[in-house]
Amino acid sequence: MSFKTKDVVLSEDRPKTLLLQKHSDFLASYGVNKDDYEYCMTEYLRMSGIYWSLTAMELMDQSSRMPKEEIIAFISSCQDSESGGLSASNGHDPHMLYTLSAVQVLAMYDRLDAIDTEGVVRFVTSMQQEDGSFIGDKWGEVDTRFSFCAVMCLSLLHRLDAINVSKAVDFVLSCMNFDGGFGSKPGSESHAGLIYCCVGTLSICKRMDALKCDELAWWLCERQLPSGGLNGRPEKLPDLCYSWWVMSSLSMLNRIHWVDKKNLEQYILACQDAETGGFSDRPGDITDPFHTLFGLAGLSLLGNSSIKRVNPTYCMPQETIDRLKLEPQILYV
Amino acid sequence: MSESGDSDASWIFYKDRPDWSDVTPIPEDDGPAPVVVIAHSEKFEDVYDYFRAILKTNEKSERALLLTKDAVEFNPANYTVWQYRRDLLQALGTDLKTELEYVEAVIKQSPKNYQVWHHRRVLIEWLQDPSLELEVTGDALQQDPKNYHAWQHRQWAIKTFGLFDKEMDFVDTLINEDVRNNSAWNQRYFVMNNHLGWSDYNVQKEICYALEKIKFVKNNESAWNYLRGVLLHDKRGISGNAVVTSFCEELYKNKCRSPYLLAFIIDICEENLKKGETSCIYNSERAIDLCQALATKYDKIRSKYWNYFSEKIKALQNIKTVEQNNMEE
Repeated sequence: MSFKTKDVVLSEDRPKTLLLQKHSDFLASYGVNKDDYEYCMTEYLRMSGIYWSLTAMELMDQSSRMPKEEIIAFISSCQDSESGGLSASNGHDPHMLYTLSAVQVLAMYDRLDAIDTEGVVRFVTSMQQEDGSFIGDKWGEVDTRFSFCAVMCLSLLHRLDAINVSKAVDFVLSCMNFDGGFGSKPGSESHAGLIYCCVGTLSICKRMDALKCDELAWWLCERQLPSGGLNGRPEKLPDLCYSWWVMSSLSMLNRIHWVDKKNLEQYILACQDAETGGFSDRPGDITDPFHTLFGLAGLSLLGNSSIKRVNPTYCMPQETIDRLKLEPQILYV
Repeated sequence: MSESGDSDASWIFYKDRPDWSDVTPIPEDDGPAPVVVIAHSEKFEDVYDYFRAILKTNEKSERALLLTKDAVEFNPANYTVWQYRRDLLQALGTDLKTELEYVEAVIKQSPKNYQVWHHRRVLIEWLQDPSLELEVTGDALQQDPKNYHAWQHRQWAIKTFGLFDKEMDFVDTLINEDVRNNSAWNQRYFVMNNHLGWSDYNVQKEICYALEKIKFVKNNESAWNYLRGVLLHDKRGISGNAVVTSFCEELYKNKCRSPYLLAFIIDICEENLKKGETSCIYNSERAIDLCQALATKYDKIRSKYWNYFSEKIKALQNIKTVEQNNMEE
């Protein structure tokens, strides 16, 4: 049995500065290369892929490099007229995850008119269950991720009134564990990604008061490892995406200063690939748009001034959230 | 994810199969370039062109069922393929036991995939027979004891079909193998909370269990968290159980400075302070000293948190002093 802490060691020759131009080039060319096996394998999550890339570009103020009109046309073509939901790509089934991604992208473009938003409201509403939970598609997988998708999506459309918000909150609270964290369902292990979803839901529904704030924030701080990186559960390796999920949760709890920001910044920067551009989960691994967004968004939360301000609840540029006049709750105690 | 077929010389493209000659394949309509250009391997493209074709005509046939198998093999995360496969299973009245064996094999290949586990759950719901679930999830957890999907499925089966009987033995085995396995500790709580219950006797028993494991590895976040979780069910709070407090003091005396131990003692002090029951060992001065020690020596990376906590204790102390003075007046 090993008693060593699971962690990585940052090498001396790691990237130490932010390579913005590289990341912009990486995202602009992602998918253009037809031999890219990784790209074709991700068709089933294409809609989220567009959201990750566009948000990252927006944060770098480079979104003009994305083919706006084509993206909007693609999104319109992914709406299922019957259910009202959107799918990841043409010919796929509508799903909460991709419906949210689509709405986020259109909100950033200020082009929500490109889809039938009443259809989206109808779809999201139809996913709520008796106990307040949400399923992801008609096959009925319940998960707190989908609660978050639902309230985020509806709030972007200013239609939170369409669901039973107090039941939605009750379900999320029923997933609170003895350690103050949250899992995917009642009784499921606390997990930083799901904590973000649950805290985010409470932030949008303005029920942050229901959290065991200090206890939860301490659990989140405990995720920081000696390398500066954050893991998602005890005794797991650090992964760059948790720098977003942990830090955004801490931001909503107004306790982001509890982590060692300098160390975390070093870790995030070390996850850049100086040759290909983009960020990866751990230093030296292959980069992708998902980790690139969360790397940039994490740095934004840490106050990096060369990146636009990101909203911790929505993972979208703050300017978009302001334009939509949304005010997700942040704790002020 | 497996690029199946590529190494298989006998693979025949669907477009070259006589029994598929009546179907017109539908190529990906992925909209304008470049955002949604999909670059495929030839086999992948062939399989999915035909998958789109049967989807469009809503063909319910054995060959369609076989086709979804190839589609799954190329990409088990494609939720539309799984959904269509379930439509086919229902329409064709396929033997679901065979399907269970099949999905078990896919789970072995892609144990961290949402769709496969969900497919399995739907099959079990249809069959109303959970007899294999503890074994299948047990195998997956043997490979990766923290596999979130496997744990979710296991908890669902246990709760839905009342399979609690031997679960504590399973948890014990996992904790004995790796005392820091947080998922196993969570499962322990799950069994207590949903099955065995928090009688005074059980609370005491679980406290002893946690303490024994902490004695073994002192710096174990999971065991300390579990101890706190159990103490939520102890009416006396975290400061009122003599077994716990004397255990902590013993560790402290023996020079243990695990941040979790120190944090726990701080919490005892805080609770006593709130109750107005401070003693010579549990008081604000000690809590503040420990916060300082953590911030400057034993848990420097979280120094901001410990400084915050120290201030919180000071503020609490001030309130208590004012209250005390008011009462005396």
